Amino acid sequence: MPESNVLPLKPKDSQKAGAGFLISVDALGYRRGGRSLLDAVSFELGRDPGITVLLGPNGAGKSLLLRLIGGLIRPDSGTIRFSPDFRGPIGMVFQKPVLLRRSVRANLLHALAIARIPRRERTGILARLLVEADLTHCAESPARALSGGEQQRLAMARALVGDPVLLLLDEPTASLDPAATAAFEALVRKVAGEGARILLVTHDLHQARRIADDVLFLHKGRICEHTPAATFFRAPASGEADAYCKGTLLT
Amino acid sequence: MLFYSQLLEIVALSLEVSLVAVMLAALIGIPLGALLAIGRFPGRTALIVLVNALMGLPPVVVGLGLYLLLSRSGPLGILQLLYTPTAMIIAQTILVTPIIASFSHQIFADLHREYDEMLRAMRASRWQTILTLIREARHALITAILAGLGRALSEIGAVMIVGGNINHATRVMTTAIALETSKGNLRLAVSLGLILLALSFAINLALHFLRSRLERAAHA
Ligand SMILES: Nc1ncnc2c1ncn2[C@@H]1O[C@H](COP(=O)(O)OP(=O)(O)OP(=O)(O)O)[C@@H](O)[C@H]1O
Ligand SMILES: [Mg+2]
Repeated sequence: MPESNVLPLKPKDSQKAGAGFLISVDALGYRRGGRSLLDAVSFELGRDPGITVLLGPNGAGKSLLLRLIGGLIRPDSGTIRFSPDFRGPIGMVFQKPVLLRRSVRANLLHALAIARIPRRERTGILARLLVEADLTHCAESPARALSGGEQQRLAMARALVGDPVLLLLDEPTASLDPAATAAFEALVRKVAGEGARILLVTHDLHQARRIADDVLFLHKGRICEHTPAATFFRAPASGEADAYCKGTLLT
Repeated sequence: MLFYSQLLEIVALSLEVSLVAVMLAALIGIPLGALLAIGRFPGRTALIVLVNALMGLPPVVVGLGLYLLLSRSGPLGILQLLYTPTAMIIAQTILVTPIIASFSHQIFADLHREYDEMLRAMRASRWQTILTLIREARHALITAILAGLGRALSEIGAVMIVGGNINHATRVMTTAIALETSKGNLRLAVSLGLILLALSFAINLALHFLRSRLERAAHA
């Protein structure tokens, strides 16, 4: 049964046992070709808005974990539970942007139509998204002819359609220049400030330091630690995370 | 003057028969291809194999089968369709539908692989997914349709048998060329041959440009 409380709880309330999570991942396992790609992955994301950064070396299973949470693939074992009052879409930005062979504007209008946003509201939202992603100047360009950074910004704008309460962002700033990265981080902070939970994958430790509220560290398909950002960047609890931050982690 | 009106009549009937047949084949073949690519139902694999096998149907065999159905003593003889343009349209529709269905299946399967996760992340309904894929596939589908048109226009076996190559009624380019050549009337045969060749060139040229445009769109 959905709880009557549909507003995001304040951090203090979320400490109460059982009612605190937006997502609870429990003993998640995913295997392919005899290899265990994710193993006993367990963690919770609180109901309070915030930015969780998912760190881990190449091949750790970060993209896989995001696709599992997004419901795009099924785990072989374990469960992913959402809070009973979880509503609305999950916004996703893939590591490689998947864009329609149409203009920037048409890509966004398509997403608005899929989300069943009433026709008369679409123009207004479209204009706002174009500004937020700084794409107004190329609204009529074919999406696939955009630069890598512009494509990622379009993918982000599209993920914001429908005001998701959960955003799964897979290396969304990997090909953004410093100014665009700063603008992107400001946008992510703003969305988080409006009440969304964000799970963001990045290899940019400076970025993680700038925006993370808490850090999840994944290595070889296992969660090594889940700690508040301040603690993590002072001294990671796990040897793997420590080695990763120093650039000496071997995969 | 007589020569030209004769030429025109034959070319016009050819185009009419083949264009209508290809249109019908597209109306059947494109949804069928989409269904094969996106749908999940028992017998799907068998249907895919069947459609691909039917691509290579020999036109004479289609003509013969249809002849047996439509001949006066056949089960559909009562319709009196034998030796009419309608029979020729039916024959070419049968020949072209598997081609368009098979091409469409490939096109939709590729697009579905590419967009499936994105559309599911957006919580698109089945219907929204299909509409999106059709929209994305439109250029590629035109190439499938043009390929079908090329096959229909150049086919002779089926239209010869069910059309009968009747002057002023069912004579099309291919059947006329065969007849006029055997009669030694090379002027008409060669003229028709050149027109057929030009049409085939035009279709292939269009195909080529569409393909290179598609490639650019995909890699941009
Ligand atoms: N469908 C699949 N079948 C087999 N192996 C897979 C499949 N999907 C992912 N993998 C493997 O799982 C591992 C984790 O992949 P994933 O894409 O999640 O890594 P990642 O942490 O996102 O790495 P990166 O930082 O390079 O993006 C990789 O070794 C990859 O080869
Ligand atoms: Mg990845």
